[in-house]
Amino acid sequence: MLRALHIEPRKCTGCLQCEMACSYEHYGVFNPAKSVIRVFNFHREGRFVPYTCTQCAEAWCLHACPVDAIQANPQTGAKVVMDALCVGCKVCTIACPFGTVNYNQQTGKVIKCDLCGGDPQCVQACPTAAITYVDADWTGLERMRAWAGRANAAVSEQAQA
Amino acid sequence: MAWTRNVLRVNLTEGSCAAEPLNTEWASQYLGQRGLATKYLCEEVDPKTDALSPENKIIMATGPLTGTVASTGARYSVITKSPLTGAIACSNSGGFFGAELKFAGWDMIIFEGMSPEPVYLHIEDDRAELLSAAGLWGKSVWETDESIHARHQDPQMRIAAIGRAGENGVLFACIVNDLHRAAGRSGVGAVMGSKNLKAVAVRGTRGMDAGSIHDIGAFMEATRAGKRVLAENAVTGQGLPKYGTQVLMNVINEIGALPTRNSREAQFEGASRISGEAMHEPRPSDGKPNLVTNAACFGCTIACGRISKIDEEHVTVKTKPEYWGASGGLEYENAWSLGADTGIDDLEALTYVNFVCNEEGMDPISFGATVAAAMEMYQDGALSRDQTGGVALEFGSTEALCRLVEMTGRGEGFGTEIGLGSKRLCDKYGRPELAMVVKGQEFPAYDPRGIQGMGLTYATSNRGACHLRSYTVASEVLGIPVKTDPLVSEGKAELVKAFQDATAVVDSSGLCVFTTFAWTMEDIQPQIAAACEGDWSLEDLGAMGERIWNLERQFNLAAGLTGKDDTLPKRLLTEPPKTGPAQGRVSDLGKMLPEYYRIRGWSEEGVPTQETLQRLGL
Repeated sequence: MLRALHIEPRKCTGCLQCEMACSYEHYGVFNPAKSVIRVFNFHREGRFVPYTCTQCAEAWCLHACPVDAIQANPQTGAKVVMDALCVGCKVCTIACPFGTVNYNQQTGKVIKCDLCGGDPQCVQACPTAAITYVDADWTGLERMRAWAGRANAAVSEQAQA
Repeated sequence: MAWTRNVLRVNLTEGSCAAEPLNTEWASQYLGQRGLATKYLCEEVDPKTDALSPENKIIMATGPLTGTVASTGARYSVITKSPLTGAIACSNSGGFFGAELKFAGWDMIIFEGMSPEPVYLHIEDDRAELLSAAGLWGKSVWETDESIHARHQDPQMRIAAIGRAGENGVLFACIVNDLHRAAGRSGVGAVMGSKNLKAVAVRGTRGMDAGSIHDIGAFMEATRAGKRVLAENAVTGQGLPKYGTQVLMNVINEIGALPTRNSREAQFEGASRISGEAMHEPRPSDGKPNLVTNAACFGCTIACGRISKIDEEHVTVKTKPEYWGASGGLEYENAWSLGADTGIDDLEALTYVNFVCNEEGMDPISFGATVAAAMEMYQDGALSRDQTGGVALEFGSTEALCRLVEMTGRGEGFGTEIGLGSKRLCDKYGRPELAMVVKGQEFPAYDPRGIQGMGLTYATSNRGACHLRSYTVASEVLGIPVKTDPLVSEGKAELVKAFQDATAVVDSSGLCVFTTFAWTMEDIQPQIAAACEGDWSLEDLGAMGERIWNLERQFNLAAGLTGKDDTLPKRLLTEPPKTGPAQGRVSDLGKMLPEYYRIRGWSEEGVPTQETLQRLGL
């Protein structure tokens, strides 16, 4: 079964533990500047939104790459940058509509989420379960459950009335 | 070695920025942040120096755990000599600025001298430069933040700035970072203003290399264990995320320790209307609660921060859309000082005043308490309407509070007198006994008549009245680590000393003191020991906390303070509250203080003995 990152911004407190876990996993450094998951603070609205690659099925980045350096991992579904092949041309960063693949000036390669090989560290680090790793076919399950509960409550009230 | 070992020295007089190696011998004795910066200040600044002169220095210091995965590893402290108290100032802040400074590769910044023109410091990793702040002078913290981000086209930059209060010499001006986190107390913002330093803008892309952590395996394990403890604890896992520090408003009011109307009373009839619970209640006007969400500082798994929105139809902001957005909401201390202490129970108005305090860069505790003192003088006739510039300073007047916060921040009329703080204000109008201060600093939201340990805490605090030097409320009210009776003074001297020393350790590590609702030193020590090379046993840390406390004390004694300054306002020693559990009681400071001196190894005059100093390596 494929899993997918599922993000619920409502639960996010903006602590950036996910960013540190990401940079530590990939670069051995606590450094939000090296994280491929980013938490955005919409200050005037009081909202924190974590955002990263959604691993498109028909990935723009993958198709755009002239040297086939972005490949799908069949086990995880992640579109993974092959550092040995990447030439740092940045065409994928132009192709991606979501901005989730970016160039890293230190390595001269692009970086994006690789789902940590199937054990995403941002999920482990999130203290509020705003980021979870769930059945890729059922990322909507919790939201369905919540609405099911509300719909059901209304029916129960009608029955009682 | 979780230190970067780099210190940035900025000479504002010459306009120079220079890197120098961290004094690692001092780091092994004082850890970082509060302790280490205090050591630097004591070595470099004559304690008798005028706080607002170029000879004073101001240090922004991170701790070794700042910018790591340790929960709450966000903190930095600002150390300088205080213009409000004449004592050492040590103000601690969270947000994201401290970690960013670490990520840029710096343990601390030492500012010295005074710039001939307004400037701000721009740091991008190892590059640091002073840039003109000519266009920023006269702007608020919020405008400054926006302008600097726009100028550098870098939304990821973190900024600490002063507002107009710091420029105008408000003696309780603070330094605000990330728009609404503040190094709040003792007027550190006024020191920054006196140096013509408007802001510090940092972008750090280097991060904290795992190789810089002494034992990364042990560190990951210790920090993971620490996070588990915070999550499972009722205060840090539930109470603080849901209600923030405002979880205390109703609790402290019920035990009769909520200073009300300048401490004439110890219970406020409007407490529930300005409480953490009230912030969750849908407003009748628009059906939305005041609280939008809780929020974390960098790396914090507690997330006690309040993000609030003011009702757009409320009289305070109806014509001011710039205040309709979400921003930092009420903390317990601010809800108390702006609310209970002034007799105002309008949650929306208090939120507005709190926003303005952040925007203008001033400490809401001292501001609210100073207004409360002014209100009492106004009521007693010591202060007339002519003298206040036409503001009717009645207790409970929302209009007066809102008018004064604007006037004080902008340095207008009577606001310039409020900006002096209660001690100077009450002295000026002949009622010195009405200033609820210790060493010139307004005390916070716990009445020492109802929580005896807090009386000793305020009286002996090295930065003037403060709850965060030894938060005995934890024990006396919440039963952490053991329950003691808040109305009993026996045993409190020992409790205060233990809390003071432990807090000095936490404040030197980069961690937040709020963790200690759940963590004991047994939880903290393994995180420090794994991160830092050197000897960091429980005993070593205990001795270090005591060393820091005594070093701060020595600074103050050399500055001219004496044991006579370890006292409380007369009201708390002689006038019992009329209602609540503390009815008929006053602070037992006279009993606790001599015992405290003895336990500290100080003379009867409150001076550390030679033996004590030698034992601590001072």
